[in-house]
Amino acid sequence: MPEQVIFGMEVFLNGLMAGVLYALVALGFVLIYKASGIFNYAQGVMALFAALTLVGIMEGQVPFSHLINAALGTDLHHFGWHVPAFLAILLTMVVMVALSWVVNTIIFRHLVNQDAIILFMATIGLAYFLEGFGDIMWGSEIKKLDVGLPQGINGLIDETTFKIFDYGFFIDNLDIVATIVAALLVGALVAFAQYSKQGRAMRAVADDHQAALSVGISLNFIWVMVWSLAGFVALVAGIMWGTKSGVQFSLSLIALKALPVLMLGGFTSIPGAIVGGLIIGVGEKLFEFIMSSQAIAGELFGFTLSATENWFAYVLALIFLVFRPQGLFGEKIIERV
Amino acid sequence: MFYREAGDFKTSYSEDNQTFPIKFDRWRYYFVLVVAFAVVPFLINDYWVNAVFLPFLIYSIAAIGLNILVGYCGQVSLGTGGFMAVGAYACYKLMTSFPDVNIFFHVLVSGGITALVCVAFGLPSLRIKGFYLAVATLAAQFFLVWLFNKVAWFYNYSASGQINAPERTVFGVPVTGAQTEPWAAYMFCLVFLVISAVIARNLTRGMQGRKWMAIRDMDIAAEIIGVNPLKAKLSAFAVSGFFVGISGALFFAVYLGAVEVGEVFGISKSFIVLFMVIIGGLGSIFGSFAGAAFLVLLPVLLKNVLVGTLGWPTDIAAHLEFMVIGALIVTFLIAEPHGLAQLWRVAKEKLRLWPFPH
Repeated sequence: MPEQVIFGMEVFLNGLMAGVLYALVALGFVLIYKASGIFNYAQGVMALFAALTLVGIMEGQVPFSHLINAALGTDLHHFGWHVPAFLAILLTMVVMVALSWVVNTIIFRHLVNQDAIILFMATIGLAYFLEGFGDIMWGSEIKKLDVGLPQGINGLIDETTFKIFDYGFFIDNLDIVATIVAALLVGALVAFAQYSKQGRAMRAVADDHQAALSVGISLNFIWVMVWSLAGFVALVAGIMWGTKSGVQFSLSLIALKALPVLMLGGFTSIPGAIVGGLIIGVGEKLFEFIMSSQAIAGELFGFTLSATENWFAYVLALIFLVFRPQGLFGEKIIERV
Repeated sequence: MFYREAGDFKTSYSEDNQTFPIKFDRWRYYFVLVVAFAVVPFLINDYWVNAVFLPFLIYSIAAIGLNILVGYCGQVSLGTGGFMAVGAYACYKLMTSFPDVNIFFHVLVSGGITALVCVAFGLPSLRIKGFYLAVATLAAQFFLVWLFNKVAWFYNYSASGQINAPERTVFGVPVTGAQTEPWAAYMFCLVFLVISAVIARNLTRGMQGRKWMAIRDMDIAAEIIGVNPLKAKLSAFAVSGFFVGISGALFFAVYLGAVEVGEVFGISKSFIVLFMVIIGGLGSIFGSFAGAAFLVLLPVLLKNVLVGTLGWPTDIAAHLEFMVIGALIVTFLIAEPHGLAQLWRVAKEKLRLWPFPH
């Protein structure tokens, strides 16, 4: 087998793994959009905030230490204890639920019935606020996050593929874990939405706010619950991405990676987020591989391109949307006057 | 007391349709123009021009452009940074390729080129609507920035990948390059701003503006009453692109002088201009000015208070700035979704009745 094809297969597998991570972020978007019609741009920053909080709690950092030091002239940094990962994750979840409640009570309750675009802007404002808030609370330097997930090359896959192709595939253990976690999470979310009482209430709210209200569903409760769920998804995504590349500002940019996934899959569909994520993940990795390789693109087109990952997903989604404006699995857009 | 229509008799249609129907408003407008053209240039120094006036003037042009697209035509765009980059690079290529032509025309032509690019990226708006379109315009943002980074022809194969504005003069006075006097740069941008504002104001209150607003309010209904959505949407993209391109060209050539595209015209630029439009007021030319002034002055003010007066470290001030901007946006959306322009309108209504409320 020519080596380009083998490399291509490795890239394909890695693309699948990356796609799962994109899908993980996109899931949070879909949840909130379905239940409240809010397109939550802050999802990426929520992942960053969750990861920052997790690291802060684990390391026993003093919240707002920079601010306190600057205002009072003290020199606080750490409480001096270390919290085990599991407990820290629970505590972070508590923080995320509290955040959901605050966001819902202070912001979105007052914006009910506003245009979708106004809600979207409000989430951008929220994203700005959270970004500054997270940095002030925990400091803006790059932090290492280690909750005990396995990392590094997966030996088994390396050996097996080496036997077959004479070339060992490089697949990160973390990506495999992320894939499994994402699959479990999706399964759990679908089951929750389909079979639990709260899940059905959530779908009812998504269908029609007023009808849901009239049969006695508490909108407030559902919205806080959905934001908390999104916070939970953000926490999982934050752990995965934070372990992979450190907890830093660029973590919040994964929201930008999730947007084309959403467009492709449709804003309202959980399976759409997964399939869209996989298509985008594989597509951008393969495109980058083909276009940057002298042996393929150089031969075929006479030129090579690099760093296409920034825009490929968007252009792919854009072209796709021109033919199918509601995305792969989105609800059909019906327009009436 | 002075702010009245009473006693100001209109005797022709053109008087009846003028932009400032109230005498006081009209005189205030002339007064602002006179101050801006004849007083400010003599008073400003380097700091004021670079920290306040140039960003304000240039962002105002960008905000007017975006306001036409988002506020008047209802097509949300997150690609402003990318389109400003088109203006900047078009201006750079023109300046270096045709050094004999006056820079005034370079800036105008870069606006035209940006309009073409903007129309090309606006084509999907005929099929894609709402959020899908907003996200789709991000494709323009990322693709354009990548393009200017990767294709060496755009930055004339310079080793650093930056573009630098060479010195150009208007009437013998340098307006770009290191030798520029603060007042010259200020006047150059001010001229463009005034022209842009007058054009935008007159476009939006004429037939074209009404078509845009019909499309914004409901595009299917607009189509049924005879507005051609293709022409209306694409013309909004074109006009918006023209202004945004001019602002990008000025931002590069006059304000910064040297640009690295990913840093200067990244996605945060798109958001900042969008915030200006929203805080200022969607669908209002005055709102574009107000929003730009607000978001240019706020960081300067915060920095002066926190770093200058209280002596806090700059990184905390920067983070606080993020928080304040975010909180303000949310507060504005909750308290006054129509922005500063609406506050201004309310104030004017009150002024008409003052001091006798009946």
